[in-house]
Amino acid sequence: MATQAVAPAVVTKRTSGTGDIIARFTALFFAALLLAIALLLVDQLFVRSAPARARLGWGFLSGTQWNPVTDEFGALPFIYGTVITSLIGMLISVPMGLGAAIFLSELAPAKISNALTFVIELLAAIPSVIYGLLAIFTLVPLMRTYIEPFLKHTIGKAPIVGDLFSGPAYGVGYLTAGIVLAIMTIPFVISVSRESLMAVPREQREAALALGATRWETTWQIVVPYAKLGILGSVFLGLARALGETMAVTMVIGNAPAVHASLLAPGYTIAAVIANEFAEAGGQIHPAALIELGLILFFMTIVINGAARIMILATTSKGSKRA
Amino acid sequence: MNLRTWRKLVNATMLTVTGVCTVTTVAALFLILGLLIYHGASSLSLHFFTELPKPTGESGGGMANAIVGSAQIVGIAALIGIPIGFIAGIYLSEYEDKRFASVVRYVADLLNGVPSIIVGILAWALVVLPFRHFSALAGSVALSVMLIPIVTRQTEQFLREVPLALREGALALGASKWKMIVTVAVPAGSKGILTGMILGVARIAGESAPLLFTALGNQFWGGLSEPTSSLPVMIYQRATSPYEDWNQQAWAAGLVLIGMVLTANILARMVLARGVSVPRG
Repeated sequence: MATQAVAPAVVTKRTSGTGDIIARFTALFFAALLLAIALLLVDQLFVRSAPARARLGWGFLSGTQWNPVTDEFGALPFIYGTVITSLIGMLISVPMGLGAAIFLSELAPAKISNALTFVIELLAAIPSVIYGLLAIFTLVPLMRTYIEPFLKHTIGKAPIVGDLFSGPAYGVGYLTAGIVLAIMTIPFVISVSRESLMAVPREQREAALALGATRWETTWQIVVPYAKLGILGSVFLGLARALGETMAVTMVIGNAPAVHASLLAPGYTIAAVIANEFAEAGGQIHPAALIELGLILFFMTIVINGAARIMILATTSKGSKRA
Repeated sequence: MNLRTWRKLVNATMLTVTGVCTVTTVAALFLILGLLIYHGASSLSLHFFTELPKPTGESGGGMANAIVGSAQIVGIAALIGIPIGFIAGIYLSEYEDKRFASVVRYVADLLNGVPSIIVGILAWALVVLPFRHFSALAGSVALSVMLIPIVTRQTEQFLREVPLALREGALALGASKWKMIVTVAVPAGSKGILTGMILGVARIAGESAPLLFTALGNQFWGGLSEPTSSLPVMIYQRATSPYEDWNQQAWAAGLVLIGMVLTANILARMVLARGVSVPRG
């Protein structure tokens, strides 16, 4: 054993050959390519939307008219629809997803938890257009004949919130799109929340249980607050997905560029109007206005995504129990 | 009711509720599969895979062009995206220039979160606009932009799981760094990396939003520089059309698409990467 020596800490400091230098710069080049793509994306969105920005100015953001024929373009109905449908989606998917994440991390035995998580991750792999297909032929008729009339005759009669559930039941609209978004974002909420919950140190649970707290009290008052940043991160991640979701929403939103108070009314989202009109947009202003809408959507998702990443990083790195 | 029984009741109720949330979510997957099989299987036949779409009003016809088109668009996207993403991933894991690497990592995550429709706008501006027509190539560029950050992060993730001792061993034996990466680190992480690539390709294969105004669609066979139809875009067009017959075809196409996507997912996760946890970007 005389020859065994501790490897010096600075192994990599030896002189590197030409092969190494070439390899290093090749790798660097491809990594820099990612930055280039991102910069190109921002650049193109700015450059291509310039005609619309020059012509319409800030009034674009608050305009409510959208009529390509008369060159009238206002972004408000689309921003409103994007935000409202995403909020409805998150309002449903966050409680559901958090509940399921709690079950998977705190209650279910490891084997069952892993198997169920596998299934839930498959749910996230289903293409958006398939959700849209199912929504058009199953959810929309269901909403039109049963759920929306029911909501109108119950909550719709209530004083203040009544306006949210008024008007004819089309089946398509904000509420339907929101429900589809809820189903689509649940897997994201579950998988990130579950990971944050699992990163909570075991001692935290044991201490609470030893003090006589019930399982639920331990979870709700100790474990969930401990993981709250990661859970919030999962909510933001889901929200960013919902804001940018295109196909499924396009198929059920109703394509009406107007601002409606009623959630049953048909509306429009940014992604949906780009999907519907971009290929056939003629003239100078119409495509540019659509790209400017894309620019707005881009900034919305970048801000929310950036916040989500920071929050998730902050929680999952400090815990000790890893999945 | 005293406090003790109340607390027990709350405990039991809430724990049951969490179970119900889980069961509902899991049931959604089976409901989706069930509906697709129920509606789609009846319109699925050999013609679906071998024939071109028939014009409006004529019944029958298939989606052979969309299936080939999808394979073409996704195949080229993979050829562009996988090498770039793979090497960038190697950079992030093996050549840690602290500040630059963390910038690239953050940008990769942000690119991953950019809505697919906006990636479509980029490809439109870069490929469709200069060449003045829609093409399969433009669709491939859009999909490859989506694929690159996925492959980058997955490659990095799995290379990081390769023990440091393996690398040090190779270096101590006198291998140069690039030789160590090629012969030791990458082979050791290859299963995970391959899984990540398959999942990435499966994900872009189901994308339709970025293809709507890049590859567009076509009633006939497409080509690299011509508008080309793809399975997801075809589903969208057929599902939103007013014809019963076309709606039926949308169901059939949906069944085919989900069959391919889920098969790739299950194979990659269960067979190739058994025991490896696959993080989602």
